[in-house]
Amino acid sequence: MIEVRNIYKSFDEVEVLKDISVVFEQGKTNLIIGQSGSGKTVLLKSIVGLHEIDQGEILYGDRNFSAMNFRARKVIRQEIGMVFQGGALFDSATVEENVMYPLDMFTDQSTEEKLERANFCLKRVNIENANDKYPSELSGGMRKRVAIARAISLNPKYLFCDEPNSGLDPKTSILIDNLIKEITEEFQTTTIVNTHDMNSVMEIGDKVVFIYKGVKCWEGSSQDIFDSDNRELNSFVFASKLTKKIKNIQP
Amino acid sequence: MKLLFHLGRYSRLLAKVFAKPEKKRIYFRQFLIELDRLGLDSVGIVFIISIFMGAVITIQTGLNLENPFIPLYLIGYGTRDSMILEFSSTIVSLILAGKVGSNIASEIGTMRVTEQIDALEIMGVNSASYLILPKILAAVFINPFLVILSIFIGIWGGWLGGCVLTDVLTTDAYIVGLRYAFVPFYITYSLFKTVVFAFIITSVSAYMGYFTEGGALEVGRSSTKAVVYSSVLILMFNLILTQLLLA
Repeated sequence: MIEVRNIYKSFDEVEVLKDISVVFEQGKTNLIIGQSGSGKTVLLKSIVGLHEIDQGEILYGDRNFSAMNFRARKVIRQEIGMVFQGGALFDSATVEENVMYPLDMFTDQSTEEKLERANFCLKRVNIENANDKYPSELSGGMRKRVAIARAISLNPKYLFCDEPNSGLDPKTSILIDNLIKEITEEFQTTTIVNTHDMNSVMEIGDKVVFIYKGVKCWEGSSQDIFDSDNRELNSFVFASKLTKKIKNIQP
Repeated sequence: MKLLFHLGRYSRLLAKVFAKPEKKRIYFRQFLIELDRLGLDSVGIVFIISIFMGAVITIQTGLNLENPFIPLYLIGYGTRDSMILEFSSTIVSLILAGKVGSNIASEIGTMRVTEQIDALEIMGVNSASYLILPKILAAVFINPFLVILSIFIGIWGGWLGGCVLTDVLTTDAYIVGLRYAFVPFYITYSLFKTVVFAFIITSVSAYMGYFTEGGALEVGRSSTKAVVYSSVLILMFNLILTQLLLA
């Protein structure tokens, strides 16, 4: 479980996050949604410590992450897997080396054991026979899947995904969504996904947090969205003709 | 104020770079990779520059010696000391600032803008140390060898230019000049300068890359800044070290 308590974050006098409090539960896919520029990436990066918050607390279980120094945070960071928007795979390393990297860095396993684990993770994300390829030789969807494989290589307790579907076609997006959902349930991770893809919200959103202009505007399940009368949420979710139609045919 | 800001941030980055490595074995592996990329990959350009520099120094010195009372072997002497004192250490370092510096800044800058550095940080890796320390150590280790190579190639180029391709002086006179009034400390001075320059090239370029913000355009700008600032600092430290060590 991750708990965010009353956090604030500003950049050059501009307040990006204002008094956000939310609990992300274990074994569930928690989604942060909101318009571009609403502060959802800043929120995600603040939770993992890439941005230092100005006020408030971030708790990983009962451990106060925001009050820890770099050394203490390292322990928690090894429990974190993160999938970045562009994959953030190491360009100079092959697929296999990318997935093995966290194992190389933080375990004393033999090369065979690391290779076995890397192959297991790659198989888990349905990537085979691509071990020797470089990230530049992969498609967008494959890159995201390799990024997921790397993120789960150390058996993380916490999985973060920053816009995992950006730049992908609808079919590949669903594949990635399902993969995230399956991994969350299989490994019982606390998963936080940052997205503005409404398909993802409907497919995998156990819990949805809506951020509007840096403020938590609404939270609930993906089904609750249809019943909500929150004006900002409705104008965001049902912005397209397709989603408006879906809303109208909901029982 | 901006200078103080950069000095402060550069110092903090260096403190992070020289923190205890997470896994020495992996750092050593990176060190070997960097030796190859920063050092061995530069042998070609060092060879070409040095041979032409040596040849030109010899020919120009020979053409400008009009007084018949000045012995011709002094051309060899001049070539040797020019290569040792200035050309091999400073000019080769300036060339490497262009080649290696831009390479480091663009590599680290690209890693920054594509979130690869964030990915390292999230894993709990000290990204500054992991990415920069092997580069600094590799350059500090390999650049003196490149400069020694440059001195030899330059002197050989001087013979080729002055004795073989033109008739500026005879091979015998050139060799006498090479052996005349040799000061071993000049080698120490040259290698010491090279080590300082190698540190400047790698650390300044890495600093420029590490704090890149934006996209491809900014990576290009960081790369240019890395070359410009490294070159200016090399020239400044050349003056300071010459005054300190030779005056």
